Amino acid sequence: MKTCIQARLLGRLPAAGLVLGMLAAPVLIAGCEPAVAQTAILNVSYDPTRELYRDINKAFAESYKKQTGEEITVRTSHGGSAAQARTVIDGVDADVVTLGIASDIDAITKATKKIPANWREKLPNRGLPYTSTVVFVVRKGNPKDIKDWNDLVKPGVQVITPNPKTSAGARWNFLGAWGYALDKFGNDPAKAKEFVTALYKNVPVLDTGARGSTITFAQRQLGDVLPAWENEADLILKEFGNDKFDIIVPPLSIQAEPPVALVDGNVDKKGTRKIAEAYLKFLYEPEAQAIIAKHRYRPVLAEAAKGDLAFPSVKTFEVEKLLGSWDVIQKEYFESGGVFDQIYAVARSAK
Amino acid sequence: MNNTAIAPTPAEGWRWKQPSVIPGFGIAFGYTIVYLSLVVLLPLGALVLRASEVGLSGLVAVAFEPRVFAALRVSFGVSAVAAVVASIFGLLVAWVLTRYDFPGRKFVDAMVDLPFALPTAVAGIALAALYAPNGWVGAPLAALGIKVAYTPLGIFVALVFIGLPFTVRTVQPLIADLDRELEEAAATLGASRAQALRQVLLPPLAPAVLTGLALAFARAVGEYGSVIFIAGNLPFVSEIAPLLIVIKLSEFDYTGATVIATIMLALAFVMLFAINLLQAWSRRRFGHG
Repeated sequence: MKTCIQARLLGRLPAAGLVLGMLAAPVLIAGCEPAVAQTAILNVSYDPTRELYRDINKAFAESYKKQTGEEITVRTSHGGSAAQARTVIDGVDADVVTLGIASDIDAITKATKKIPANWREKLPNRGLPYTSTVVFVVRKGNPKDIKDWNDLVKPGVQVITPNPKTSAGARWNFLGAWGYALDKFGNDPAKAKEFVTALYKNVPVLDTGARGSTITFAQRQLGDVLPAWENEADLILKEFGNDKFDIIVPPLSIQAEPPVALVDGNVDKKGTRKIAEAYLKFLYEPEAQAIIAKHRYRPVLAEAAKGDLAFPSVKTFEVEKLLGSWDVIQKEYFESGGVFDQIYAVARSAK
Repeated sequence: MNNTAIAPTPAEGWRWKQPSVIPGFGIAFGYTIVYLSLVVLLPLGALVLRASEVGLSGLVAVAFEPRVFAALRVSFGVSAVAAVVASIFGLLVAWVLTRYDFPGRKFVDAMVDLPFALPTAVAGIALAALYAPNGWVGAPLAALGIKVAYTPLGIFVALVFIGLPFTVRTVQPLIADLDRELEEAAATLGASRAQALRQVLLPPLAPAVLTGLALAFARAVGEYGSVIFIAGNLPFVSEIAPLLIVIKLSEFDYTGATVIATIMLALAFVMLFAINLLQAWSRRRFGHG
């Protein structure tokens, strides 16, 4: 049981505390509810899963009630993946995190120890109930004739992609291009860097998030191609009309991996471990997998994506097998002074 | 805070508290200090404390990193220009709103405050939509070869937008108080219109215009929401310093973020202090305000 230390302390402060108290009392009292076993869990997710988790949460609540008779609710918060990770680090009591990139979960592990370092091993398929891949959204009829990654570096082609520093989605785009270049130029990192530098020369706007780029491309009509996850590409066609855009699937692309994990440190404190674990397990079950496929994420359960929901075949690579652990990738490519920063420093000195 | 605690110094006596006929100095002063400490000093103190991990030399080194330097130059440069422009036009707007009566004046008057009330992201998205190459304003400009959205010019547009209300609101009451007789006297004494404007009207307004300028500038430097959607955010070109802070935070580099924030804070303080000095000077010079 949590006691209201703040309120008791306030009572002991002398006259000056009066002023302080008047200012702060409402805030402290509001934050001072007793901890009873909770029936609501919080899923801290990233931006483009809004629609997906709305459906999954509803299905899970029903399924959980059927199995246990208990009424529970799942709340989900959305935002940029790194910003969401930061809220958990700074104390938001998430029960589960479902983020856009593994390195963001690793960041929580390192900063708070609320998630064990071996979180990948706790759930099937390295904590990935679904994956996606990067495809290209182009203007109707594909006027710039874009078929593969190397069409993105052609002069005169404008590519719309967000800043990998602020957007997890953009990191997948970057790594997709990098992996393609390694494959094409015989694993030569220098060539890959040249390729990616040429690509970012074609980027006229670096939005801070994937949805920002989508708006720039679809609504502002800027650029010729928008590399996007399959689910996001599908959503663009649905939202803005499939008479305006086409989706081009490149022969080789990256497997985008948005992982999920239990926040051990929080569920034990809140007494929600049972619900949270059931929730994560549910993500791998056929019912949730079907919802996942419907929202155009690639489910781990192959049967979930049959018939109408089948996905185009594309050869994908796993980035960790290609470039090493996320720790290494993050440091080498995206942190201060990493490859992405070098690209812009080079572009500048060339001017 | 006790009135008797500080004994008045004898002789010619500089005293830190001037005797006042208004009672309640102790409690009012105490409240002010507690409030300011809680709301302003504490967060800023935490910020500077975190940033001080790298030391003064570290701060300077970060400020002169090419990318940070470029972003600071964009942020402060564009903000200064935008604040000046917003002030000039704000003065004009304030003048029209106070000196003339026309149908819908109250309505227009209320509209001036909208940039305050609008969530900044909404402003940014709206401006980006207008000034994008396919937007209502952007398309004709693009035909002329002028790109606004996704260039530093776009940042300027956003900052003028959010800066406009400051000068209007600081200058308006002063214009209302200006005696029309002064202008009339100037005219009867043979001053031309331009002379009356320069020597009779503007001097008493100058301190308020500078206040508005300082406020608009301070707001512009820290602005993130409205700028981010229209800036283009290309490193070395249209990347603003607050974006660099967000980037550092995305890397979970809290110290790096606070370092840039502290640099911005110091620069902004220097510039605001300079504006304040200018203001004090103009107040002394023209004895008004």
